[in-house]
Order: sequence, then C-alpha cells, then structure tokens
Amino acid sequence: MSASLLIDARSLVRRFGSFRAVDGVDLAVSAGEVVGFLGPNGAGKTTTMRMITGFLEPTSGRASLCGFDVGSDPLAAKRCLGYLPEGAPAYPDMRVDEFLRFVARARGLRGAQARSGIARGIDLLGLNSVRKQSIETLSKGYKRRVGFAQALLHDPPVLILDEPTDGLDPNQKHEVRSLIRTMGEQGGKAIVLSTHILEEVEAVCTRAVVIARGQTVFDGTPAELDAKAPDSVRQGRLDHVFRELTRSASVDKKEVLV
Amino acid sequence: MSDEATPVSAAVAATVTPPGPLAGVVTVFRREFGAYFTTPVAAIFLVIFLVMAGVLTFNVGNLIDPRGQASLRVFFNWHPWMYLFLVPALSMRLWADEHRLGTLELLTTLPLTLRDLVVGKFLAAWAFAVLALALTFPVWLTISFLGDPDHGVILAGYFGSALLSGGLLAVGCAVSAASRSQVVAFVLAVAVSFFMLLTGWAPVQAFFQSWMPQAGVEALASVSFLTHFRHSFLRGVVDLRNLVFFCTVIAAGLWITGVLLRAKRQGR
Repeated sequence: MSASLLIDARSLVRRFGSFRAVDGVDLAVSAGEVVGFLGPNGAGKTTTMRMITGFLEPTSGRASLCGFDVGSDPLAAKRCLGYLPEGAPAYPDMRVDEFLRFVARARGLRGAQARSGIARGIDLLGLNSVRKQSIETLSKGYKRRVGFAQALLHDPPVLILDEPTDGLDPNQKHEVRSLIRTMGEQGGKAIVLSTHILEEVEAVCTRAVVIARGQTVFDGTPAELDAKAPDSVRQGRLDHVFRELTRSASVDKKEVLV
Repeated sequence: MSDEATPVSAAVAATVTPPGPLAGVVTVFRREFGAYFTTPVAAIFLVIFLVMAGVLTFNVGNLIDPRGQASLRVFFNWHPWMYLFLVPALSMRLWADEHRLGTLELLTTLPLTLRDLVVGKFLAAWAFAVLALALTFPVWLTISFLGDPDHGVILAGYFGSALLSGGLLAVGCAVSAASRSQVVAFVLAVAVSFFMLLTGWAPVQAFFQSWMPQAGVEALASVSFLTHFRHSFLRGVVDLRNLVFFCTVIAAGLWITGVLLRAKRQGR
C-alpha cells in the first residue's frame, strides 16, 4: 500500500435484509485529495461512510485508515479519523465547550493539547460567541459547525464529512468550503465529503465520485465530470451529467433484472 | 472563521499515547455522571428517593419497632420496591437516548472501546444511585440517636442495597440498549426487574409451589434479587455467595448490553 493512501476501502458491501444498500464500492483517497461523494438520496453514501468510519460493519469487503484496518485495529484507525456523522449529532443538554472537551478527552488529548485543539476548533468554525451555550439552543447551522469542530480537535489526517454544509447560509457555506479546501491543499489531509450540491464539488473537490444504487458510476476530476455533458448543454451541465449517470444506473439494473 | 488550516500532523495524531487502560472508562463516566446534573433529573430523583425512603420508613413501615428493638430492617425492606421504579428511571436514557439522538454514531467512531462505553455508563448510573443511597444517612443517625442499633448489620444493609441497585441497573442497561425510546426502556425495565424480584417473594413462591416441583421453585428463588438481598445482607451477613450472585448479574447485564450494541452495528 502506498504510504500516502490514507483511506483505502475495497469492495465494500452492505446488505440490509435482502436489500444491497452498498454493492461493491471501492474508495482510495491520498493525502491532499478532497473527494466529493455524490449520489441521489438512498444511493448508499451514508452507509459507505459509516462502514469506512467503523460505525457499521460491512457485510463483506474491508476498509483501512492511515494503513490501520478498521475491522481488526479499530482504535488505531479511529485515532487518525475526524468524522462528522449525518445530521451532526451532539448532546443537546451539553454546552458547546463541554461537548468539545468531552470529545477531546475521548480522543486522548490532555491539558495543553486539549486546550489548543478546542481553541483551534472554536476559531476555525467561528464558534466563539456560542461556546458557553447549550447545544439545544443553537441554530441548525451552528450545530453543524459544532459537529465539524468536534472532528477537527485532534488535527486528524483523515476527515470524513457527511453533508458538512447542510443547513448553513450562503456565507457560512463559503467559509466552510474554503476551510475544507485549505485543509486539503495545505494541510495535506485526505478528505471525503458527501453532498448533493453539485456546485460544491466544483468549488472544493479535487475529485468526484458518483454512486447510484450502491455502485460507483463515476470516479474522476470535476472537469472530467463536466466534460461528459454534451456541448449543447450550456447551463447546469453537472446536473445534466448527474441525472444521466444516476438514471442510467437504474436503467441498467432493470435490464439485468429482465 | 479563518482560512488557515494548520498542517496535518499525521504522526502526532496517530501516536497520541493511549493514556492508561481506564482513561476511556473515566472519560465516559465523567460525561454520563455530569449528564444527570445538567437536567433536573438529578434533583427530582434525589428528592423523590429521599422523601419516599422517609415516608415509607417512618410513617408506613413503623421504624420504631413495637418490641423496642432498634434496627433499620424496615427501612431496607422497602428498598427493593423503591428501586423497582427509581432505578429504571436512571437507566432508561443510558442507551435509548444515544440511539434516538444519533450520538451512538459519534461515540462508536471515537477511539473508545465498547467496553469503555458500557462500563463507563453503567458506573456513572451506579455512582448516582449510591449517592442517593448515601444521602439517607439521617435515617441511620436517627436510629442511633433513638436506640442502640447494631452498626455492623446496618452497614451490611447499605452494602447489600448498593449491590441490589447495581444488579437492577445492569438489567436496565441491557433493556435500554435494545430500545430507541426511553419510555419503552423504562416500562420494560420495570417489568423485568419486577420478575427478578418477585420470584423470591413468599406469596409468589406459594403460587409456584402449588404446581411446580420443589427443585423448580428453589431454582427460581435462587435467581431472585429479593432472596439474595433479604436473606443475607439484611441479617448482617455479607455472604460470599450473595456477593458473587450480584456481581454475576451485573457482569451478565453488561455483557448482554455489549451484545445488543454490537448487533446494532452489524445492522441487525
């Protein structure tokens, strides 16, 4: 395995009953890459991320983070991971600073290390004005940013973000996107973010991976994704490609069934 | 918000020394124990527990023994029935809330083991129950003031009561891990605890005796929390067998909790 391959998922499969939510997804991400993980709702984005982060066990296949296998060496793998789960879950009755302190402790940060990690998270996500507020009183956008800050405390080499800009206003979106871009370019992190906002992929990602019906239907640069649209399409080119890719996948499925 | 991101320190992040085998348990314990106090739950629980203990002991139970004997037997006799409703109130949110809020996903992707989570949460709830129990000390002071009780017996009673609450909490933990709803977790925990207590209660024993072979009745009684609590600790005997019994119950409850949580991770 290459030393710079920080996320390495091989043929991940996840079945729920007879339904194959994820059906053989590979995902390899090197340091400095920002991968946009795209797909219609229910395509298996969240399930794939949950398997890579170790929350869900894959039915088959394996994933490793920084070279540590998520299944057999979960603690080492999780130590190099920062994860923003879907919906940015947090304890509503905790204050922002208490919550971040808890996560820092759980990550093994102590004393000055913990303080500087929390200070950086609060600073990068602009949480200073709400740090003494309980999380249940925060707006959706602030909650999302608390979830993001929590993932950054230990300056992890791998960041997995499930819809990091959901619920943010346009200004906050812009700030969070430039933060993600900088962390990839200058920070040398391997970042995967899921979204269904296609402009976001052009704005922050070095690579786009599109999945539909649990399978990868595209893996390339945003420019390559754009180039798949016929020249006649002027506006909403990515939307056009996205529709083509995710629709044809479902058509393929039907043909196989028939 | 700043546009700068500090350079990644992969080596540092990956080698943060795991600080001792108990660090994870302590971290989880501190959050959980604190969580009781960030809501009115702690205050309400303590008030209800202490008022109930007082009323049941002094008014309903006749602490002042007509034979003039000073002991806390009446007081401890009420504990199983108080715990029946109050302990599930402590355990119901432990896991059901994590499922509901989605924070289980956060917890299980932090570098904590399942053991850290299960043990840390259980110990936090138990510590709270023991705190409530310890706050009944005025009852002990009262009886010492009124008469000359056997303090060894009282100490054994407190010890047994703490173990009993631990056993019921372990049951509550397992039930909570199986549920997304606190209400369901509460009701189920009360029902299971009721069964675990009742199998040793004399009227129920008599009912079983009418149709079950003696060995069956004894087997049921031997797994009853009530039998183990009353027959040893309330007589001032700290019997190793009863100690082992409650420790086994706690270990089994926590093990089942772990199994249920792992089953969730496998998406079953």
